[in-house]
Amino acid sequence: MESPLVYFKGLFSKGITHNSLQQQSESPFRVMVRKETGDHIRSWRFIVMLTLIALIFLGSIYVSLSNISKAVANIKDPDRIFVYLKLLTTSDGTLPTFHIFISFLGPLLGIALGFDAVNAEQNNGTLTRLMAQPVYRDNLLLAKFCGALIVVSILFLCLALLMTGVGMIITGVLPEPVELLRILWFVALSILYVGFWLSLSILLSVRFRNAATAALTGIGIWLFFTVFYRIIVNLVVNAMLPGPDYLRPEDLLSYNNLLLSLLRLAPSQLYTDAATTLLMPSVRSLGPLTMEQMAGAIPSPLPLKESLMIVWPQVTGLLAATMVCFALTYYLFMRREIRT
Amino acid sequence: MENPIIELKGLTKCYSSVKAVDDLSLEIDRGEIFGLLGPNGAGKTTTILMMLGLAEPDAGSARVCGVNATGNPVAVKRKVGYMPDSVGFYDDMTGLENLMYIGRLNGISEHEIASQARKTMEIVGLDGEMHKKTSAYSRGMKQRLGLADVLIREPEVIILDEPTLGIDPSGIKAFLSLIRRLSRQQGLTVLLSSHQLHQVQQVCDRVGIFVDGRLLVEGNMETLSRNLFGEESCVVQIMLRDALPGFAAHAEALQKLEGIRNVTLQENSIEVSCSEDVTPDIVRFLVQKGLNITGVHKKEFGLDEIYHRYFENNQKKHISNGKSTGLFQRSFFKRNNT
Repeated sequence: MESPLVYFKGLFSKGITHNSLQQQSESPFRVMVRKETGDHIRSWRFIVMLTLIALIFLGSIYVSLSNISKAVANIKDPDRIFVYLKLLTTSDGTLPTFHIFISFLGPLLGIALGFDAVNAEQNNGTLTRLMAQPVYRDNLLLAKFCGALIVVSILFLCLALLMTGVGMIITGVLPEPVELLRILWFVALSILYVGFWLSLSILLSVRFRNAATAALTGIGIWLFFTVFYRIIVNLVVNAMLPGPDYLRPEDLLSYNNLLLSLLRLAPSQLYTDAATTLLMPSVRSLGPLTMEQMAGAIPSPLPLKESLMIVWPQVTGLLAATMVCFALTYYLFMRREIRT
Repeated sequence: MENPIIELKGLTKCYSSVKAVDDLSLEIDRGEIFGLLGPNGAGKTTTILMMLGLAEPDAGSARVCGVNATGNPVAVKRKVGYMPDSVGFYDDMTGLENLMYIGRLNGISEHEIASQARKTMEIVGLDGEMHKKTSAYSRGMKQRLGLADVLIREPEVIILDEPTLGIDPSGIKAFLSLIRRLSRQQGLTVLLSSHQLHQVQQVCDRVGIFVDGRLLVEGNMETLSRNLFGEESCVVQIMLRDALPGFAAHAEALQKLEGIRNVTLQENSIEVSCSEDVTPDIVRFLVQKGLNITGVHKKEFGLDEIYHRYFENNQKKHISNGKSTGLFQRSFFKRNNT
């Protein structure tokens, strides 16, 4: 403390050189994103989640590789020509396929990366310190979201590319460009799905001061949608409407549509629908089809653009849900008083 | 005050029904060290948060460096370094990394950040501990790192909230002399809040006493003590070797000396309050009477006395169910107005 301060003034003086250097320096937002990403990669939590996802991936790839020869030889299946898509969707029933697994465990990944985003900083006293710096408040939220999302994106992209690589070594078949595009879309969809849960958990981390409360609430919402939501929808629909056995065929269609629309309020349903359509090109519709609609249809794979058109509402729904969570987070955080 | 750097006008903040800060107006000059004193819960931190735009005032305005803190907090934060009372760091990073992160957020470019952070660490005396994780830092080290955090961004104004909390006495001394030196050398304006009076007395140019959201008094130490202890501006305490028997006579004789107001005797010490400094006369008088003097002590009114004077009063007020019987307080305000 007793060191001389003579050089202090010259060192920190704001000269012209300093101003020109300031333009080269990074924006606070990028600095924060970099720190968040680094924190996630070094954290134990992420290593645990990474191991879990890698295990799921290895398991589902192992099962699909051992069944791939059967699946590709199946003449009745119009999708048999897409070896790599088959790799992602084939299973012998012992293990769910990769995308079903992700629909279960993606939320856990999102919640794990976001549940203590803001409240941990507040409890450690770093939030006040951070907010005393010349940074905008929304930059912090956005950095928390982007940092975690970057990690998730890299994780999923690596897994997809690994899968393609392993598939190439084992089968010796080159992937079609369409297949690769479909897989990339699937990766983007998975990132969006985890992004929704991430923004939900950041919302909870702003709302609850205690990290454990935020985590439990997040897990509660996740369990509700994966386990109870379907049961509740079925119960309510059965109680309010006559059963399908008593309906005329023309009413049956609207009955099924209603049931599906209600189920699609669950993000996992949106994700599974969209992933199935992207990975199985022969899927033509996500709802019931009438005989008139089916007439004359040849069971053949759809082009990528058509599949995308089918899943567009699902993608929009997921995006909208993410936005709503984010907007709420902003609303709660922007005018809040920050003190420890 | 022709050019105040911090300007608070009618600042008010309520939490539900409680007024945390009540119509506060205050001006602080460039280059000055101002001490904001008050008990816990007086509204010091709330005031500071409003100056930084981290809390929104219900009424009034806070301007720092000519910028409205509520409307444009980022511009204010570029010029103001703030150290919160319980400053926290990222425990999994070293002290240097923590500091460099703050430096980067302040737009210090990548190739000078390392050297700048190192130099700031040297200034606050943490150059030996720079590569330790902050979780291993002691309270005093964290406080110094907090100061480094503030200094690395070359602020015009430094706001320190309870900066000496939890540091040992020698640490406090070094810390405060560092602050004073920095302020004098670079013309920094420093606002520090505290409820520890001795330290504040040592470094502050001006203090403001802040209770229940209101600023009761502001000014430098001399004005404050003159305001408060006007009628007994000087008290001399004289210690004697042995208790004296016929004191009453001495006291009467003493009272006749010019400028003496009151004489009291306790065991073997005499306390004389006088309107001007007549210590030599008193001592001469007593020596002539053949008394054995072992010590003469002239009482000075420090912040402690000022503070206690006020609080005695304040507590009385609270005990009597908020009835404004604060005689002292009333007379005090009267004096303040004249």
